Amino acid sequence: MEANERTKQEYAKMVERTSPKSPIGKNCLFAFLSGGAICTLGQMFRHWYFSMGWTEEECGLLVSVTLIGLSAVLTALGIYGRLGKHCGAGTEVPITGFANSVVSPAIEFKKEGMVLGMAAKMFLIAGPVIVYGTLTSMVVGVIYYLLGR
Amino acid sequence: MEYIKAFLVGGAICVVGQILIDKTKLTPARILVLFVCAGCLLGAVGLYPRLIDFAGAGATVPLTGFGANLAKGVMEEIDAAGAVGIWTGGLKSAAGGLTAAILFGFGAALLAEPKEK
Repeated sequence: MEANERTKQEYAKMVERTSPKSPIGKNCLFAFLSGGAICTLGQMFRHWYFSMGWTEEECGLLVSVTLIGLSAVLTALGIYGRLGKHCGAGTEVPITGFANSVVSPAIEFKKEGMVLGMAAKMFLIAGPVIVYGTLTSMVVGVIYYLLGR
Repeated sequence: MEYIKAFLVGGAICVVGQILIDKTKLTPARILVLFVCAGCLLGAVGLYPRLIDFAGAGATVPLTGFGANLAKGVMEEIDAAGAVGIWTGGLKSAAGGLTAAILFGFGAALLAEPKEK
């Protein structure tokens, strides 16, 4: 029994020793540079669409659609996934990461069928985001309706 | 200058996500949910729109901007249409982005083959 307890502790130590150290400083630097770069790219498109005479609202939508399209192409080519291994949150938090979370399972699961495979698994991560985002927006709406106007 | 501001603010928001991943063991999916909800609340109290004025795409491109957009949509719709806006405003403002993600996801799935593992 005691020996059992000791092996458990030794095992825990072994796991601690051999599991990969997560170098947080390096991860944060990569996330900062890659996330910043994606946002700068977005700002370039925003600037470009503004100069073409679109309104603020239209520019916002156009930038989102452009970045989602770019992300879909890079995901289909397998490039976005490889970038994500190094950049972590830097490629997950921008809207390109949201697009990647839709496109990647759509490709991956199409072998399980076009309805319950591709179309259903598309929302593996986007689904929860939409569910909680919509619910939060309703809470905001109710409070705004009662107090804010 | 506006590019530098977009870079710094966008990068900083991603660093917050990275710290949460490394320090709390939250899965990326939970971080994205957290960011959308946080963005929605910050949008509702008027802080996030100020960040968008300052940093442009640095604030709109991260998923917190998507959340702030939900809050903006629901409040504008309530102003325009009354209580019915509580039901329609949020998703209405997200419709363009979601439709793009669905279309490109579908298109990519038709054209690309899954990688063999």
